[in-house]
Amino acid sequence: MIANSFEYSAPGSLKEALALLAEGAKPLAGGMSLIPMMKLRLANPEHLVDIGRLPELNYIREEGGAIHIGAGVTHFEVESSPLLLGKCPLLAETAAYIGDIQVRNRGTLGGSVAHADPSADYPAALHALDAKIVLTSSEGTRTLSTEEFFLDTFTTALDPGEIVSEVIVPVDAGLTGTSYQKFLQPASGFAIVGAAARVRQEGGKFTMVRVGVTGLSGNGYRARNVEDALVGQDVTDANIKAAAALVADGQDASSDLHATAEYRAHLAGAYTARALRAALSRSA
Amino acid sequence: MTTTVTKLEKLVGKRIKRKEDPRLITGTATYVEDVKLPELLHAAILRSPHGAANIKSIDISKAAALPGVVAVYTGADILGVGSVVCAADLPGLRKPVHHILAQDRTYFVGHAVAVVVAKDRYVAADGVDLIEVDWQPTQAVTDPEKALAAGAPAVHPEWPDNTAFIHNQEGGDMAQAFADAEVVVKQRIVSQRLIPNPMETRGVVADWKQADKAMTIWTSTQIPHLARSILAGQLGLDENRVRLIAPEVGGGFGSKLNVYPEEALMGFVSMKLQKPVKWIESRRENFQTTIHGRGHVDYLEIAAKRDGTILGLKLKLIQDLGAYHQLLTPAIPTLSVLMMPGLYKFRNISAQVIGVFTNAVPTDAYRGAGRPEATHGIERMVDMLAAEIGMDPAEIRYKNFAGKDDFPFLTAAGLTYDSGDYAATLDKALEMIDYKGLREQQVQARAEGKLMGIGISTYGELCGFGPSPATPAGGWESATVKVEPSGKVTVMTGCSPHGQGQETSFAQIAADELGVPLDDVIVLHGDTSIVQYGIGTFGSRNTAVGGAALFYALQDIREKAKRFGAKMLGVEDGEVVLADGHCTDSNGNSVTFQQIAGAAYRGIVIPTGSEPGLVATRFWEPSNFAYPYGAHIIVSEVDKETGQIEIKRYLAVDDIGNIINPLLVDGQLHGGVAQGLGQALWEHGVYDDDGQLVSGTFMDYAMPRARMMPWIESAHTITPSPVNPLGAKGVGEAGTIGSTPAMVNSVVDALAPLGVRHIDMPMTAGKIWKLMQDSSIQEKKA
Repeated sequence: MIANSFEYSAPGSLKEALALLAEGAKPLAGGMSLIPMMKLRLANPEHLVDIGRLPELNYIREEGGAIHIGAGVTHFEVESSPLLLGKCPLLAETAAYIGDIQVRNRGTLGGSVAHADPSADYPAALHALDAKIVLTSSEGTRTLSTEEFFLDTFTTALDPGEIVSEVIVPVDAGLTGTSYQKFLQPASGFAIVGAAARVRQEGGKFTMVRVGVTGLSGNGYRARNVEDALVGQDVTDANIKAAAALVADGQDASSDLHATAEYRAHLAGAYTARALRAALSRSA
Repeated sequence: MTTTVTKLEKLVGKRIKRKEDPRLITGTATYVEDVKLPELLHAAILRSPHGAANIKSIDISKAAALPGVVAVYTGADILGVGSVVCAADLPGLRKPVHHILAQDRTYFVGHAVAVVVAKDRYVAADGVDLIEVDWQPTQAVTDPEKALAAGAPAVHPEWPDNTAFIHNQEGGDMAQAFADAEVVVKQRIVSQRLIPNPMETRGVVADWKQADKAMTIWTSTQIPHLARSILAGQLGLDENRVRLIAPEVGGGFGSKLNVYPEEALMGFVSMKLQKPVKWIESRRENFQTTIHGRGHVDYLEIAAKRDGTILGLKLKLIQDLGAYHQLLTPAIPTLSVLMMPGLYKFRNISAQVIGVFTNAVPTDAYRGAGRPEATHGIERMVDMLAAEIGMDPAEIRYKNFAGKDDFPFLTAAGLTYDSGDYAATLDKALEMIDYKGLREQQVQARAEGKLMGIGISTYGELCGFGPSPATPAGGWESATVKVEPSGKVTVMTGCSPHGQGQETSFAQIAADELGVPLDDVIVLHGDTSIVQYGIGTFGSRNTAVGGAALFYALQDIREKAKRFGAKMLGVEDGEVVLADGHCTDSNGNSVTFQQIAGAAYRGIVIPTGSEPGLVATRFWEPSNFAYPYGAHIIVSEVDKETGQIEIKRYLAVDDIGNIINPLLVDGQLHGGVAQGLGQALWEHGVYDDDGQLVSGTFMDYAMPRARMMPWIESAHTITPSPVNPLGAKGVGEAGTIGSTPAMVNSVVDALAPLGVRHIDMPMTAGKIWKLMQDSSIQEKKA
């Protein structure tokens, strides 16, 4: 990497790191998005604080009926965590779709969430999971919903000096079925669209539906219109199709070298339906 | 002197693991980047960010003042260095002068403008950022058909029609063919720009020694000797005082069958500064400045009888050349014309090639180099003709194949195919895949609403380049076999393998001929101070040409060894046999090959008229190309909802003549098929109208990944080539050539019920979905 010169700090504690960040340094975790931009000299930070090695950000634990995941946990750790696989399989399934094994070994949950790439995988799952994002700075800590956190393309509620320190997801064992379905961009492996579904059914009717979508537009989102169209309805494929067809409504679908807006919108519907069907098949 | 003769196992034909691999796997191979010299300087290059622009001024003062920067050179400094060489020629060819640094204008994104030399790569890159250029961008043109339109921006102002050449070739009587035709099918077919992307990018180290007037250049190339000749010319040096080393080369695929501006530029810098200097190409530079492949728009017309007899093929080929000619740029599309007839016996062709300048990096040889485009053309047209007259695609091929008794077969394009039995190869492929059963399965699948397709390609190619008159720089190859006093064998080949595995396969050939263990043989290549002049590695020529030169050198060694053996055994010349590493007389007395080698150097027992030493060099030129061929069949299914293509089966039956090492052959086929499927399904070098390369990183250029590859079922028929003593043909490009039409034919077959006749590559899911949408809309309207 022939980047511009920069200062690099690897503090031993979160407190020290936050102090440096408060002075204007930028955080580096796995570097899977930042380093490629620095390599092309499109990002030229003057001072990087390496928070990817802090033990304080590296944990996955169950606490008070939820699973707390430190921001420094790698995608591979998310993908292979027995706790997540057992109690929040949607997040593990989603992580397994990220990049390739090298990227998953280096990249971190917190880094990806903070970067808010509109084609990243996590936002779809986190929206569908009603996840909470914990933000920390030298000033203190606050907890936001995904919809409060993800604001726009590469834009989040993070303030200068603040980092994502933890992600909280619900324990989803039992009658809830989940699935993440992704249409890969063949070059980058990012999502052209990705749809995460989380459903419960009772007596042949949908009792709970969550749908998160990534890739379609400039920001991942929770597709409340699809959810509303299904809750209380009979579990039929016709209902799934009709509801999934609403997923792109009101979204400004992106268009690029790899997919036109029209095709993306179509895929969003198709993959939402696929995710709903797969989630249903997993809900006992 | 009697010893027990043990029968040695023959190595040719065996799946031998590569001798090259241990150093590659353990990370101890030496690539250009690994060359470290005392006082080594590092260069970085400022490149044009514009598709077309005038340089009003360049200010290097800030860069030159940066601590650590040693020198900055621009176009004004390099006028004493020869321009980039194009070795191809055609009547009336317009050759723009391609200076190693741009003068007052740049012609494509990535065009080299200035070089910064510094104590390390970081400072050099910082220096590049400090150069201030006053750019005056002008309108670019990147689409070759738009470049030909009236009023298009002129890439080179002196040639406003953007036409570099027009090349015509006629064979037979096309007018008569069309007059006799009962059916004519026409199609525009695009072979899109591709970006070769070898794993190792280019790189150069130049080290000038003033006292000896000697230059050493390490460069990642496929043609070390030719590159040396060209660079000596550009730099005004004596050829024998230039040592060129192609160390480990991490792939080329034709993109390193070239001599680029940076090679002479580093030579120039080293001579100026009296210090060694290194430049390593970044991946982004590789995308932008190393040649691209393909770039055809073909207008094809096939004339036939209703019974499927092909009468003739007409082609108008628009070749996107890019802004300049690299080493072979204008020659590549002429190879397409030569391969137009494919494997078929029709007698009439008519071709016009229009070479078009565009504001893009030059196109040149990329794995297959003109033959994949031609094969794609004929194999698509044959399928379209079959569809038009309601004939099975296998049947129409059988009807038109050159017969096995027709060889040597003179084609409508004027080539003489050496050998083959095309029907037998297709027979084998159809049987292996159960073609009849598949067609029945397809009827069933269609009834269930599934989009299942079966695509056949019966490809042919020419390789083993080649007779010298057909090549720009000599079509022979050289080999030296040097037997050391201990009997260990050193082979020096003029080929320059860079992944093909000749350190293994040539060792197999030598070990068999001399009766020595495989490990007793080493194969050297790529260093002009070690190896006699050679041509290099391209056009699937290593085994068919370089292997043949080696074979003849080994025969010389055998003859001399036998004379020494006879002398040592006290019998007459000709009364001994050399086999399994022993020279044996009629009484069963023998000496070992190692004993002979020792005696040859000891110099006490010398056969009459012979001399000490055991070394032989041969230069060998084939009388003809070799012509591999094969049948590839792909079974695919298209997802009706998304347009995603799934390859259900991939079968390749290839006839590449005799096989030296099946493991290497598998590797070549798999890699070739991967690159062919890459073109068919995903890869596309895309410039926008302003000349920006929008597919300029791996985030946007879709190289196939392992997970995207199907299982490849592979088999062979073997018709040995009569052109060389090994009977080998060549396999380096076969997979790339055979695969694209099989893939497109398969998907067109899948979508045939929707009325789809043709699809241009890459067949991305989005493109297929759109096609299905449009077809179903048309169906509803109808």
